[in-house]
Formats: sequence, structure tokens, C-alpha cells
Amino acid sequence: MNEIRILSATGMLGSGFREETLRRAMALKPDFIGVDSGSTDPGPHYLGSSDTHFSDSAYKRDLRLMLIAARAANIPAIVGSACTAGNDDQLARLVGIAREDKLKFKLAVIHSEQDKDYLKKKLREGRIKPLANAPRLDEAVIDRSAHIVGMCGIEPYIEALQNGAEVIIAGRSSDTSIFAAMPVMRGFNPATVWHAAKILECGAACVVLRKYPDCMFATVTNDSFVVEPPNPDYRCDPVSIASHNLYENSTPYELIEPSGVLNTFAAKYEAVSDRAVKVSGSTFRPAERYTVKLEGAELAGYQSIIVGSVRDPIILRQLDSWLEGMNKAIGDRILAVFGADVAAKYQYEVRVFGKNATMGPLESETAVGHEVGLLFQVTAPTQELATAIMKSVGHMAVHYPVPEWTGLITSIAFPYSPAEIARGPSYRFNLNHVVEPASPLEMFRIEYGNV
Amino acid sequence: MKLWQVTKLIRSKNSGPFELTFDVIFRDRATYEKVRDAKTINQQWFAKTYRLAPEVVSIINYDAASAIKITIPRPVISGDINDTDVFGGQQYGPLVDLDVLYLKAE
Repeated sequence: MNEIRILSATGMLGSGFREETLRRAMALKPDFIGVDSGSTDPGPHYLGSSDTHFSDSAYKRDLRLMLIAARAANIPAIVGSACTAGNDDQLARLVGIAREDKLKFKLAVIHSEQDKDYLKKKLREGRIKPLANAPRLDEAVIDRSAHIVGMCGIEPYIEALQNGAEVIIAGRSSDTSIFAAMPVMRGFNPATVWHAAKILECGAACVVLRKYPDCMFATVTNDSFVVEPPNPDYRCDPVSIASHNLYENSTPYELIEPSGVLNTFAAKYEAVSDRAVKVSGSTFRPAERYTVKLEGAELAGYQSIIVGSVRDPIILRQLDSWLEGMNKAIGDRILAVFGADVAAKYQYEVRVFGKNATMGPLESETAVGHEVGLLFQVTAPTQELATAIMKSVGHMAVHYPVPEWTGLITSIAFPYSPAEIARGPSYRFNLNHVVEPASPLEMFRIEYGNV
Repeated sequence: MKLWQVTKLIRSKNSGPFELTFDVIFRDRATYEKVRDAKTINQQWFAKTYRLAPEVVSIINYDAASAIKITIPRPVISGDINDTDVFGGQQYGPLVDLDVLYLKAE
């Protein structure tokens, strides 16, 4: 076989694709269908809590259509990074959804959740290394993590395919490995394959103007691949395909995978029609040592917030000093109510919308307009304490004076009653590290079953 | 001219939870080359505008897409309790109205 045809169902399972596009793409006879179901974009909440970015209904709609199409064509369906973060809870959830439709297939489930004792052993052996800007790592960090996942490469997928899997659902995975596994297994040039996988993993994101999420299709040969959207309303051009390398990547020239680095510096992007692009010329350098990236989330605390706004020009003219005085008064009041040992337990901040609420420490504009929004935030070890502290914060803030006015003022507009809103647990990403496993399969248990 | 007038996209986004990356994608190759060669988007300007040390600012010219990419460490890990922008999607504001006055004559 001198080519392999790959269908990417969409950029993220649950975000959708058109049924008509899937039908057109299936007529192009793909060798498999892949889809990514995960992202760290929406933050640490999903890894920490096992909540999912989309609803079960949204996952089911996309997965069902994809599985029916794959079974009808007798080709594998591969899903990676189940239900946002790909921890074991989320993996079980997606596997449950896949079983609901009474289709018959051989299923492989790849687990990415990591055993804490295994990680502590690797840490002691010096086999866990920090990446750029990594937070400090010790055994206590591993112990207090709610969940830690490893990002699998192509090897667990290849293992599952070689064992006859017709549907693979994986926990956390590199996005590209979902699409690179089968072509590399069949012996295609890894440089061509990894570059194609990078373009495919975001579905229709690489078209000139993506109006809604949809499928994407590539035909891969040994030295080049052609990408062409199966939706006739969409088109790709050389710049749209080259631009995709910029997306969510710190450099457009390199893509680091567990087994090596794709380099696109010498890549050529040529139009083969007004909507298809041929890509060639990338290189792939195998890694000297195989590495698996870790993602971890720990509980940062429970939060209570208040949203309010200020319109009085007198207050706005002295906003910084007014807030400074208010924050001091709030700190004193919290100590008076909860005692001196509360100081080490809670964190308080107020953000000013209309000033630097978007860019925080990166903002250099200082002017404010005719009103500002205020976001008060308290973080504490329990929701009860966070809420209790916020009740005092709200009362101190709403009547905090300015020297120009005499008598009691109400200086903040609250849109809600009660003003304080419980946000529940808040998580923090706590790892940016790689493990050096003894083998590419060591960290990823594969379960097989007949559905 | 302002940068937004000669680009088809200026955006920011997380590149993982620990980095922020900015893409400035130009409308045409010739304009891109002028801005690239004038080094208008340089480490010093970016660091001053974003209140950073110049050495943490990485700038890459990407000819294949007529684009300039800037990457910096995130001041706060994405989604941590004092983060302001979980996706990192609204950090590009100061680039939009950057003066590219030498393009006026075009």
C-alpha cells in the first residue's frame, strides 16, 4: 500500500461536525477515523474534578456517528484524551457512552492516569525532569495531586491496533499520536506522518475561514501528504496550512513528541487545487531518550466571589487609594472576626475590570473610564470559611467611604442577592515535567474487551 | 498605519498552561517582510509593553505564513487562583494599535 487516508472527525469530540460532511468523507474511503477529545485550554478544573468540558449528550452525538460510520466501513476509530483531561474517571465516562449504542466491536481502552508510587519511585531515581517554567516538584506535590496523567505517544495505540482493536479510547494522549499511530505502524515516513497529524488534530481549524467545527481529511504518502476539507464550503490554501503550525505552539518549526521532534523548517506548502494543499519536506529526529509529559492538578482551595461595580466619579478619581484603604480595613476586620491564625489560611484579592482585570501584571495602561467592575475573591481551605470571610468582605466594601462625602455611603453596585457566590473547589496545574519510562508502554495499561 | 490594518489576525493563546504565545499574521508577504526587517516587534518593545524582562521574550519570524510569533512564560499558571485569562486569549490588545508608520506610503 503506498498511501493511507486519514479522517479527522473534528477538532474536539463534543464540539461537533456536520453529518453530511462525515458522509462525504466516508465516501473518500479513509483507513481510519481519529478524534481528539481533550485539552488543557479550559484550565485545571477538569483534570482536578473529573468534570467534562462538554455534556454527555454532546459527546454521545459525535461519538455515536463516528462509531457507526467506522463500523459500517470496517475501519478503526481512535479517540484520545477522553472527556477533556483523560483521567480514569473521564475515560470510564467516555467508554460508557461508547457502549450505549449496541454496536459490536473489539475495544481497547488505554489508561493514562498515573500511579503515585510509580511516580515517586521515578522521581527518586532522577527520571522525572522539569520542562520550561515548571513549578517545584517533590513527593508532597505528587501526594496532594487530585489526578496525574501521562500524555501517551503512538506506541500504546500501535500495541492496541496490533492486538486487533477496532475502537480505541485513550486517556490523555498527545493530540497528534491519535493520527500518527496507524500510519507509522504501517511504515510511512514519520516526518510526513507527524506533520499530517499536526494539521489533522484540530479538525477543520486549518481551513481559510472556519465558520463551525467540522471534519478534515488527508491522504498521506511516504514523502508528502495532501490535505483537503471534505466540506465543499471550506477550502485550504498553503498559508492556512502553514499558519496552523503557529496554533498553541511556542514555535511553528518544532513539535515535540514522546519519541522525537518534528521539524517543519524546510517544509513546502503547495496548492494542488483551489482548496487542497500538498505538504512535503519536514524532518523527524528520533529522541535520544523516550519521554512522557505529565499533567497534574491539585486542590488550590475553595472560593467565594462577589461581583460589583462603581460609577461615582469621586470614587473613580481616587480608585487606587480607595481600594488600598478598603483592602486594609477588610484585612483588619477578618482578623477581628476569625482570629489571628486565619491569616495563613485564606487569600483575598480584588480585581478591577476596566483597568487591568484582563492582563493583570502584564498591563501597562492605567486609565479608567466612567465605571469599573470589581471582582472580590476569597480562597480558603473550606467553602464554609471562604463564604464566611466573604460575608465580612462584602459588608466592609459596600460602605467603604471617601473623604469628599459625609455620612454613610453605599459605594458599590451589587447585581445579586446574596452578593457572595460560592465557586466551590478551585484547582491548580502543578506539573510541567516529563518522565523517562523504561519503555513507551510502561505507563499506559491497555484493557481489551468485546462490545 | 497601525498593525491591525496590515494583518489578517493578531491573537494570543496558551501554549500549554505555562506559556503564552502571540501570533501576528500579515495580509501579504511584502508587508510582513517590511515589518520583519524593520524589527518593529522586538524583544525590548515587547518587554516594555508587557512589563517583562527582555530575556524571557522569544520572537520567531515564520516566513511560510508571513507571521511573527512571540512567546513568553505565563505570569500565572493557567487557571490558578490569581489567573486573569484561562485560555490566554485576550492578551494581544497592546499589539493591535502598534504604529507601523513606515507603511503609510503604501
